[in-house]
Amino acid sequence: MDYSNFIIMNHELSLVVVLVALLLADLFGKNKRIFQFFAMGLFLVHTVLGFTHWNIGEASAFSGMYVTSEIHVLVKNILNIGTLIVFIFAFYWNENKNKNQVGEFYFLTLSTLLGMYFMVSAEHFLLFYIGLETASIPMATLVAFNKNKKESAEAAAKYILTAAFSSAVMLFGISLMYGACGSLYYGDILIKFQSTPLHIMALIFMFAGIGFKISLVPFHLWTADTYEGAPTSVTAYLSVISKGAAAFALLCIMIKAFANYPGTWQTFLWWIIVITITIGNLFALRQKNMKRFLAFSSISQAGYIMLGVIAGTPQGMAAMVYYVFIYLFTNLAAFGVISAIENKSDKLTMDDYNGLYSTNPKLSFVMMLAMFSLGGIPPFAGFFSKFFIFAAAAEQGQYLLVFIALLNTIISLCYYLWVVKAMFINKSENPIPTFNSDNMTKIGLIICTVAMIILGFISPIYDKIIAISFGM
Amino acid sequence: MELTNLAPIVLALPLLMFMIIGLFGYKMTPKFSGILGTTAFSIVTIVCYYIALTYFFGSGRLADGSMAKEVIFNFEWLRFSENLVISIGFLLDPISAMMLIVISTVSLMVHVYSMGYMHGEEGFQRYYAVLSLFSFAMLGLVVATNIFQMYIFWELVGVSSFLLISFYYTKPSAVKAAKKAFIVTRFADMFFLMGILILSFYTQTFDFGPLTEVTNNHVAIVSETMGGVTFCGLSVISIAVFLIFLGGAGKSAMFPFHIWLPDAMEGPTPASALIHAATMVVAGVYLVARLFPIYFFEAHDVLTIIAYIGAFTSLFAAVIACTQTDIKRVLAFSTISQIAYMMVALGVSGYEGNEGLGFTASMWHLFTHAMFKATLFLAAGCVIHAVHSNEMDAMGNLRKHLKITHIAFLIACLAIAGIPIFSGFFSKDEILVAAHEASPVIYWCQTLVAGLTAFYMFRLYYRIFWYNEPDYGHHTPHESPANMWIPLMVLTVYTCTSGFFPFTEYISPDLMGFESHIHWNIAIPSVIVALIGIGIATFMYKKKTEYPDKVVACIKNTYHYAYNKFYIDEIYLFITHKIIYKCICDPIAWFDRHIIDGFMNLLSWITNKTSLEIKSFQSGNVQQYAWVFILGVLSIVALTIYL
Repeated sequence: MDYSNFIIMNHELSLVVVLVALLLADLFGKNKRIFQFFAMGLFLVHTVLGFTHWNIGEASAFSGMYVTSEIHVLVKNILNIGTLIVFIFAFYWNENKNKNQVGEFYFLTLSTLLGMYFMVSAEHFLLFYIGLETASIPMATLVAFNKNKKESAEAAAKYILTAAFSSAVMLFGISLMYGACGSLYYGDILIKFQSTPLHIMALIFMFAGIGFKISLVPFHLWTADTYEGAPTSVTAYLSVISKGAAAFALLCIMIKAFANYPGTWQTFLWWIIVITITIGNLFALRQKNMKRFLAFSSISQAGYIMLGVIAGTPQGMAAMVYYVFIYLFTNLAAFGVISAIENKSDKLTMDDYNGLYSTNPKLSFVMMLAMFSLGGIPPFAGFFSKFFIFAAAAEQGQYLLVFIALLNTIISLCYYLWVVKAMFINKSENPIPTFNSDNMTKIGLIICTVAMIILGFISPIYDKIIAISFGM
Repeated sequence: MELTNLAPIVLALPLLMFMIIGLFGYKMTPKFSGILGTTAFSIVTIVCYYIALTYFFGSGRLADGSMAKEVIFNFEWLRFSENLVISIGFLLDPISAMMLIVISTVSLMVHVYSMGYMHGEEGFQRYYAVLSLFSFAMLGLVVATNIFQMYIFWELVGVSSFLLISFYYTKPSAVKAAKKAFIVTRFADMFFLMGILILSFYTQTFDFGPLTEVTNNHVAIVSETMGGVTFCGLSVISIAVFLIFLGGAGKSAMFPFHIWLPDAMEGPTPASALIHAATMVVAGVYLVARLFPIYFFEAHDVLTIIAYIGAFTSLFAAVIACTQTDIKRVLAFSTISQIAYMMVALGVSGYEGNEGLGFTASMWHLFTHAMFKATLFLAAGCVIHAVHSNEMDAMGNLRKHLKITHIAFLIACLAIAGIPIFSGFFSKDEILVAAHEASPVIYWCQTLVAGLTAFYMFRLYYRIFWYNEPDYGHHTPHESPANMWIPLMVLTVYTCTSGFFPFTEYISPDLMGFESHIHWNIAIPSVIVALIGIGIATFMYKKKTEYPDKVVACIKNTYHYAYNKFYIDEIYLFITHKIIYKCICDPIAWFDRHIIDGFMNLLSWITNKTSLEIKSFQSGNVQQYAWVFILGVLSIVALTIYL
């Protein structure tokens, strides 16, 4: 066996080291606070190291099952940044409400991250499937972390059942694919794939499994219940990191394995995008619980992310990665505010937010920025990411689709602005009292706020991404 | 000093002052902002004089004896296509150099005068900021190298005019007047823009260089690209330049766009002197003069129309001026009449050599008119300052109280009446000579107007400074402070002397210049007519007599019509309110409120209903989730395979 294969797996290897170190530290360390700093410090080192891996260029390992390139490195770095911010927001919750399982929280989260790395880098359906499962199963445990809460257990049960179901469907699709094409390498499938019913069925069954991870309609039904029941930090992680990784993996599969028959998958993806965005929006309109509300908002955002997939061009990939990058800060800012408020007052419904501006102006401001950015109001970062992804799709002639997406942004503005209205305009008899967040939350919110305001204006970011993107 | 280095100051400094006083004025004392604005504008004035004098007496005269057209600088601002570029530049030729002197002189005098006149007014700093903005815009307009730059600054002067008319914005009448002025001129500017677009569509250029280049009695670029093109049976060239003229007619208050100017007198008097007498209102004349070769060679029919519109307007306004009792409104109608005079001169002008007399006379009259009309307005300002009223009835016998103002006003009145040795005589004489050569109708019309002008100006003069003294009460009128009468005196000097400058040698349409002399056969009748006008005025108004009432009784109906400005305002109101609002705006508003809004409400209702209807999908049953999942997969498979 050629051990030099392992060398190109920089991210994975260093994450494994982090995992082992954390496991040991958790075994022997007593002080949970020090452990948290240790874990975060270690992960920070891992994240920073991740930025030194650009120079690997394109390489593959394990007979081509695993590939890496600059864009893969970039996506993994983006996932790292997101995870780090989730950890920052989770600090207070870990310290006060999750005292007994701090080590497990870090270990399980990072395990799913490892799974996502493999998902992203896979060039073979088996490796992809293993990555997907590694990312899914620990997640169920994470969702169930609030052990004494009934909702948490319910959420986990729903998640694990749906995950198992979708996993089975996907595996069925993969085996059909193997039967039809005789190989599971993306490259081989690209050559052998044809537009016969068997091939199409294999493709769609497999697609459903990924669609479940990204929570595309109609595979989205678990999302709201799970998001609502899970601890807020886990929800944030689910809605951003897990979704981003799966979306990128899907794009890679579509480009690498099915590029010869774009018409086939673009047709159904077109419909899925339309119903995902629309249904996500329509349900979001009705939600009173902030976490459920963000769950549906993230479903419709997933639809926008898919616009980059349907474009299938380097521009599409760049726009998608950029979208995920911006979306990460924006959505995490929203979840950061929600978890800060939940930690202090256990309040989660939109009516509780009435009059928040009068008591907590800074939090309201961050939330407002997040809502504006999610809604795509210029000049915040969310506007630029939406603009690029619409442009990428429109470039491929998807005018009707872009038009529908644009119409939907109007609906989405409505509910995003409701939140702003609740905070700034609505009056409340007993608003959430003024409180001081812990320092970690403050740091996280500051990072996200700065990112939301200035990222859109830093054009080198997008230029860099487009320079290393690839497409059909 | 190189002009290239100096010229930018002319535009940059007033703009800078506008920004500084506009943004930080509220932190300054009023006095400081006034001194700052005035000092800065003094520098601009010196630079303008330097540029203009260097041009006229130095670099401007080329070896072959013609005047140069120099583009001092010209940088590209916006590129539409390969050829079509908007530049911002600085063009120096005889008329723009002359305008530099007019604008800088009058504006500086107004800057100084306002320190006294506006003393203690609220918004003093704002006044100076807008004054700087106006000076910037007007200077930018006259030095424009292309028609689009001119249009941009054209709109800017419109805006600053609006801001100055509405200076007393707590007064409803001022707000109304400002709106009226802005809307009427803006309406006319729409035609201007249409004209620019048509012209540039065919010629593919905005630049005055090619647009005024004459070869073999043709403006080549215009006749080659637009010659023979017709629209609805009219030549496109004529349509384009007529539309451009309409823009000029709006700013220069030609009939029927004149209605805004009398109302614009709601603004502070020095601003009226600067904007609504000396500079902005002559922009239309300047515009026609700027494009004169196109009008003359390519659309001579339009030039003839301009002459007749001008002649009618000058007579029309002069008649109204005889009946008004508000002294500023008399001056406003006089301004309309005099600007129309300039238009007439352009309309009857020829091109080469002596035939270009009309053009020269028009520009000459523009210059002299700017000086004596500014004098009149500033003097009127002193009068208003002394008696706190615009109405003639509140005045009388003021020569005893306001000695300096009296002299200045008298000199300016003699100038506008066309009495020899004062500047107005020379320029008016040239106009009448040009009109005499072109058409007897216009000549006699203009001579009649000259008589009327003398009459109404001296009516005004006698009513203010002679007549019977009204009861001033405790408040005896007294002379204005030095910072008001000194500018008055300076302008009076210009009024007396500017007739002796040999304009014809420097300003002519073909840039060659020519010799001119006084045509006594024209001058003597016009002076006699003017003297008759003055005589009648003296007879009727020197003392309070019963003659005015008798005359009014004789021509009761005519007087009534003229006093009410021939009901033009009422006609406008009828057309806008009764026809346009009722028949067009109301239905559109209804359509917007019911159909458009209703459709939007329907959409949001549908969205809401749908989201309510599909709520049950999210039941919470995990069995159902799996069911939907598998059903979804299968239906996608079916759809993809069978569609």
